[in-house]
Amino acid sequence: MSGQIQIRNMLVDDLPTALNTLLATGGRMQMAYAWFCDGQPRVCYLAAPGAGQAFECWSVAVPSGGLPSLASIAPLLGWYEREIQDLVGIVFRNHPEPNPLVLERGEHTPPLLPGAKGVVMTTAPHALPEVEGEDIQELDFGPVRADVVESAQFRFFYIGERILRYQPRLFLKHRGMERRFQGLTTEAGVVVAERVSATASLAHALAYCQAIEDAAGCEPPPRALVWRCLLAELERIYNHLHYFGHLADATTLKVGQAQGRWLEEQTKQLLAHVCGSRLPMNLLTPGGLRRDLQLPDDFAGQLAALEKETRYYLDMLSDTSSYIDRLQATGVLSQQVAFDKGATGPIERASGLDRDLRRDHPYADYVMLAPEVALRDAGDALARAEVRVEELRHSFTLVERAVGRLKPGEVCSTCVPRPDSFGLGWAESPRGSLFYAIYLDQQTRLARVKIKSPSYSNWRVFPFTVHDSNMMDYAINEASFGLSVAGCDR
Amino acid sequence: MAFWTLFGLRKGSASTKWPKAVDDHGQQGVLGMPKVLDGVCAEGCEACIEACPTQAIGRKEGASQSGIFIDYGRCITCQRCVEVCPEPILQASDTWALGVRNRDELCWQAALQTPEATELGQRIQTRFRRSLHIRHVDAGSCGGCESELQALNNPFYNLHRLGIYFTASPRSADLLLVTGALTRSMLGPLRTTWEAMPEPRWVMAVGTCAVSGGIAEGGYTCGHGLDNEMPVDVYLPGCPPNPAAIIHALLLLVGRSSQHIHAGRLP
Repeated sequence: MSGQIQIRNMLVDDLPTALNTLLATGGRMQMAYAWFCDGQPRVCYLAAPGAGQAFECWSVAVPSGGLPSLASIAPLLGWYEREIQDLVGIVFRNHPEPNPLVLERGEHTPPLLPGAKGVVMTTAPHALPEVEGEDIQELDFGPVRADVVESAQFRFFYIGERILRYQPRLFLKHRGMERRFQGLTTEAGVVVAERVSATASLAHALAYCQAIEDAAGCEPPPRALVWRCLLAELERIYNHLHYFGHLADATTLKVGQAQGRWLEEQTKQLLAHVCGSRLPMNLLTPGGLRRDLQLPDDFAGQLAALEKETRYYLDMLSDTSSYIDRLQATGVLSQQVAFDKGATGPIERASGLDRDLRRDHPYADYVMLAPEVALRDAGDALARAEVRVEELRHSFTLVERAVGRLKPGEVCSTCVPRPDSFGLGWAESPRGSLFYAIYLDQQTRLARVKIKSPSYSNWRVFPFTVHDSNMMDYAINEASFGLSVAGCDR
Repeated sequence: MAFWTLFGLRKGSASTKWPKAVDDHGQQGVLGMPKVLDGVCAEGCEACIEACPTQAIGRKEGASQSGIFIDYGRCITCQRCVEVCPEPILQASDTWALGVRNRDELCWQAALQTPEATELGQRIQTRFRRSLHIRHVDAGSCGGCESELQALNNPFYNLHRLGIYFTASPRSADLLLVTGALTRSMLGPLRTTWEAMPEPRWVMAVGTCAVSGGIAEGGYTCGHGLDNEMPVDVYLPGCPPNPAAIIHALLLLVGRSSQHIHAGRLP
């Protein structure tokens, strides 16, 4: 465990004061999760005091009566508490939204309790608000929706064009990936991490490997660190290009959609040339890379051509008034809601929250690559798109800088995990902050892996931009968030 | 707005001619499923079997010179077996077009006869006259298969040029294309979609999760492959299968391409 995280054992009664102090001094909560220490349940609240300061794990033993809910102080904790209750069975008292979130609660043993048997479980029922009034209509949408999209279910309460309330039901795709890690060796765990959310496969592998390296106290060689950033930025490029293709589609700009998809395809084909996989997978391992990679001979030329085409494409989009008009003032997310509900990545940066793990808690080679952080205040769909425009342009620069820093050398150092150890790893994925907290057992096998994915945070926020908006804007607003369902559901 | 029209016209066609143009599939560099080469394993070595996260590798007398066989329907192309093999027996390959009509064709078998598969191809060809409308259902994927399915409609693959379309309504679909680990909660919507499709209807399992459960198999919400839930006509493993592999499998279904893998042996 490195100096980048401190463990503070705390008493339950001290939690509200500590949390209030953290928020008053500009810090924030990242996540909460439960694990078992010598068979006894504990809950860890991961606090981020601020840029450059060590993360803090506030660890509390769970008394028999459960824990008080902290969701009224830090609303973003609400979902974590409900998930802990569903998966581990710990009760949170006085929770403002006490319904199950992930799984149906019932007779079965919660799946993350030690010794839970292999019962097949179902998703929590749709928790619908009580909406009363004349002329209110209900629309149930999904889980099977038009086109090729991920499965999720939505309920709209609306009058005419006006949406009064919007309630998504997620976790239909909950695959129990956190439990899937348990009992695996640290090397084998990477393969699972890559398949938690494949459109951020590299970010997941990276955060996971860094957590293991934190627990083992090892450091990958410089060449591996540079490669990790290079691949992570290529992953961001294809994801952001996909985003613009999708956004152009939502605003019925057909040529714009085709061009976005074509540029995304070129990036994926470039990735296949570089690393043997269109979605960068099967590359990382604790300690570095699984094998050395070589840039194709014409890489610089291909990248420059792609960058030129991308810039031209982004300029054309910003010159299109019909596209800009549809984004402006659509789905406004205020800075307060973004902070309270825990928005992350381009979403929070479009609402004026200046945070980026690559700069604030640098990992791999990012200290040397010096990433710039794009920021907007408006909080509407246009601001979310503009943040991604800047990030996309800047990612090309970061790839070029990384290529310049790629020196010959080893790509993997020995990484021997320690028994009974803990590690935390993080990465700024294309969609925002991603955390892996891992606990190893005495045989150095994975005992508990907790994943905080960016889409879990952003799906929590998204409905607040839909309530009291227009049906016409819904598809555009959803596209402007660029959410992944798999990442949220895990 | 007019500049988009001009831009579109000026760009011309970006579409590949594949599969007519044999090498223009756009998958150069992609590492596919591992190959079993001839050779004898080191005494007692089970490294590949232990390294495989989805139990795709086993040993069976006569399956190959070393006895090692791979169930490609379980393979997630993670390449771990290739890395741990001390002998030149398991080798990375560029083979990815692995669509088959019979699940057993993805496994090694001494003698395999599939008259049903041949007959199925002929029936589809007569019924659909080579065009196909697809309804996709994500039944618990990691998003990788969707990423590659969405790519099918980009200008490069341009699925429409082959007369194949994704459709919103199951009422107008000929083929149900299923991805994901078949979570318990998605089984209901999946079955409802299938029942809403007019007959004759066909089912394709895309991605190793839908074929056999994949990396999430054995989870507390997941299944063991689509053929436990409904009859499957074409299986396409891959993690995720790339767009060209998906096109190959779709053409295989409508009888416009031939199967590349037989009895668990890569070409």
